[in-house]
Amino acid sequence: MTWGEVLTGGFEQAIGPTAVFFCLAAIGLNIHFGYTGLLNFGQAAFMMVAAYCLSSMVSTWDVNFWIAIVTGLGGAAVLALLMGVPTLRLRADYLAIVTIAGAEAIRQILGAASLSEYFGGQTGRTGFVATYQSLNPFSSDISIGIGSFDVNWRPYDFFVMVTGWSVVAIFSVAVFLLIRSPWGRVLKGIREDEDAVRSLGKNVYSYKMQSLLIGGLIGAFAGFWSAFASASTAPSDFATDTTFFAWTILLLGGAARVLGPIAGTIIFWFFITALELFFIRATLPGENIIPTAIMDQNQASLVRLIVLGVVLMLLMIYRPQGMFGDRRELALDEH
Amino acid sequence: MVGEDRSNAQGRFDIPLPGTTIDVLGNSYRVVLDDETLPKGSYLTDPDAIERTFDIQTDQNYAVNFSIGPDIFAEDPWHEQMIDLAVSGIVLGLLLALASLGLSLVFGTTGLTNFSHGELFSFGALAAYFFDSTVGAPLILAALLAVILSALLGYVQDAGLWRPLRKRGTGIIAMMIVSIGLGISLRNLYQYLMGPDPHNYSQYTAVDPWNIGPVSITPKDLAAALICVAVLVIVSLVVTKTRLGKATRAVADNPALAASSGINVDRVVSVVWISGTALAGLGGIMFGLTQGFDYQVGFKVLLLMFASVILGGLGTIWGVMVGSLIVGLAVEESALFVNAEFKYALALGLLIIVLLVRPQGLLGRRERVG
Repeated sequence: MTWGEVLTGGFEQAIGPTAVFFCLAAIGLNIHFGYTGLLNFGQAAFMMVAAYCLSSMVSTWDVNFWIAIVTGLGGAAVLALLMGVPTLRLRADYLAIVTIAGAEAIRQILGAASLSEYFGGQTGRTGFVATYQSLNPFSSDISIGIGSFDVNWRPYDFFVMVTGWSVVAIFSVAVFLLIRSPWGRVLKGIREDEDAVRSLGKNVYSYKMQSLLIGGLIGAFAGFWSAFASASTAPSDFATDTTFFAWTILLLGGAARVLGPIAGTIIFWFFITALELFFIRATLPGENIIPTAIMDQNQASLVRLIVLGVVLMLLMIYRPQGMFGDRRELALDEH
Repeated sequence: MVGEDRSNAQGRFDIPLPGTTIDVLGNSYRVVLDDETLPKGSYLTDPDAIERTFDIQTDQNYAVNFSIGPDIFAEDPWHEQMIDLAVSGIVLGLLLALASLGLSLVFGTTGLTNFSHGELFSFGALAAYFFDSTVGAPLILAALLAVILSALLGYVQDAGLWRPLRKRGTGIIAMMIVSIGLGISLRNLYQYLMGPDPHNYSQYTAVDPWNIGPVSITPKDLAAALICVAVLVIVSLVVTKTRLGKATRAVADNPALAASSGINVDRVVSVVWISGTALAGLGGIMFGLTQGFDYQVGFKVLLLMFASVILGGLGTIWGVMVGSLIVGLAVEESALFVNAEFKYALALGLLIIVLLVRPQGLLGRRERVG
């Protein structure tokens, strides 16, 4: 690996197949947190339920691909109700606790050895993308030259990107229209002052539920594209880190901004990939840029997660509105 | 008879077969254990399995095992299982109580739901492991040092991070996200330093249970339980009898009112962070002692801690202890009905039911939490 590849790798990932589904997850979170103020710490659960509905139904039970997609959306909706009904009447932290705990519990159920004949245990499920793949019109590698860098994607990856970013565009327009509507203004009202909205006769509980549901359904699409991107679903794809990658993307780009998740995704994936590649490059055996005693190849891939946590903290402390957000827009619970 | 052998110190015996490979292929041999020669006090797991017959089909060594001692795979009758599970449930519950007190008290005094509390639990287990394995200190000393380090971590965390955030008026929601970021960083830092593998301490590894009446409990479980009870009693006494304890309860009840009646809220919060982190660290060490640990043990247990504090009532002291015992018992007893893989899911189910029926928790004060 050369130093140039560190940058090219960053460019490839900035809009690559992985970035696509994190962008979708962040758009869902934007509805939850950016516009309604809901703390969904389990976006990975919505992704996981949808992705596993798709992969298991197709590969275990031989169900038609499109029916499986619809079932996945249904599964995410049921999950939203299950998590929302007990918590949305309560203080914000109860939803946070139930979602973060729920995501881990669901992950353990889907990864359980005793259910591996249905969900594939820790290895998960593969062999469900045939229908999706059959729609792929691209047959050769796509490469784009940026200056002296050559950025390359395989045909299938490029197909995942084109379809995924199209869905991102559709949802971004939908969010823009929804938030401009009277319905969207009620959501923002709930975020700013729940009691004021309640005193105007609005059913706050129901609006929060709708918000959780819509954001969760967008999360379900994130799950589908996560399944497409790797052509597999495994419990490790939906760990807590997944949720907080999406949170960092949202907070980086700027919550309560329609284009925030997109900007956040591109910046976040460029830097996180370049960072990982940099440390992997710097710890290559025999190179001695960073001695092995301080960091080996396994540790190199952890650095980005340590940095991720720090970035999340610093963002929340010093710039809660992110790069493109509006401070007044997101004055959450400041007094 | 083709030969006989006496087992060596490792319990192994070898009986060479006579002749070439061609001679013995296809033959059938019988291996009989002479049970008169077994050491005093030991017995075969299955008394009928004293002889084995097998056919030689390939050119390789054939292994014959005679298992000795109690049958570890035997199914106990269900009431014995229930008692055994209750014992481990109580031990788990006590550990949870120790670990969740800090979570609940930090919430009570500052309003922060600390999502990095699990990492403080891991910190105790890992720090003790560091002193135990790398430095080579005896485990009791290692545990003491780890608890002191945990207390220090609690102080540093409050003084260096949370107090400045409170001073600059950062909102509770922002602080929760900060705690998430801190948790992610710490968890991965632990993995960076300790690797992804599970660990155990070098001492007190015995698993032979003691039988006390109908109850069987391993010595280390018993020790962990007794230490937990002792610490919980001390904490209860401090909270009810001392001025500091009363001040803590006052701040947990209503910080503004406590401040206006002359209580130094910052000092109380600092004490809560120090003691809460030390207790979480101690909980982590005990958990590591009884079940082993890895870099993310605290994050896994955090779900159970949340279930405990919500069941008992967020911000309460007695509620946490009751809630922890119930969660510990429920989680362990569930093994009677469902596969152990699902016990965390069961804790979550419990949590959701509590939120539906009694959101303020068993001992929480009725108030509008919405």
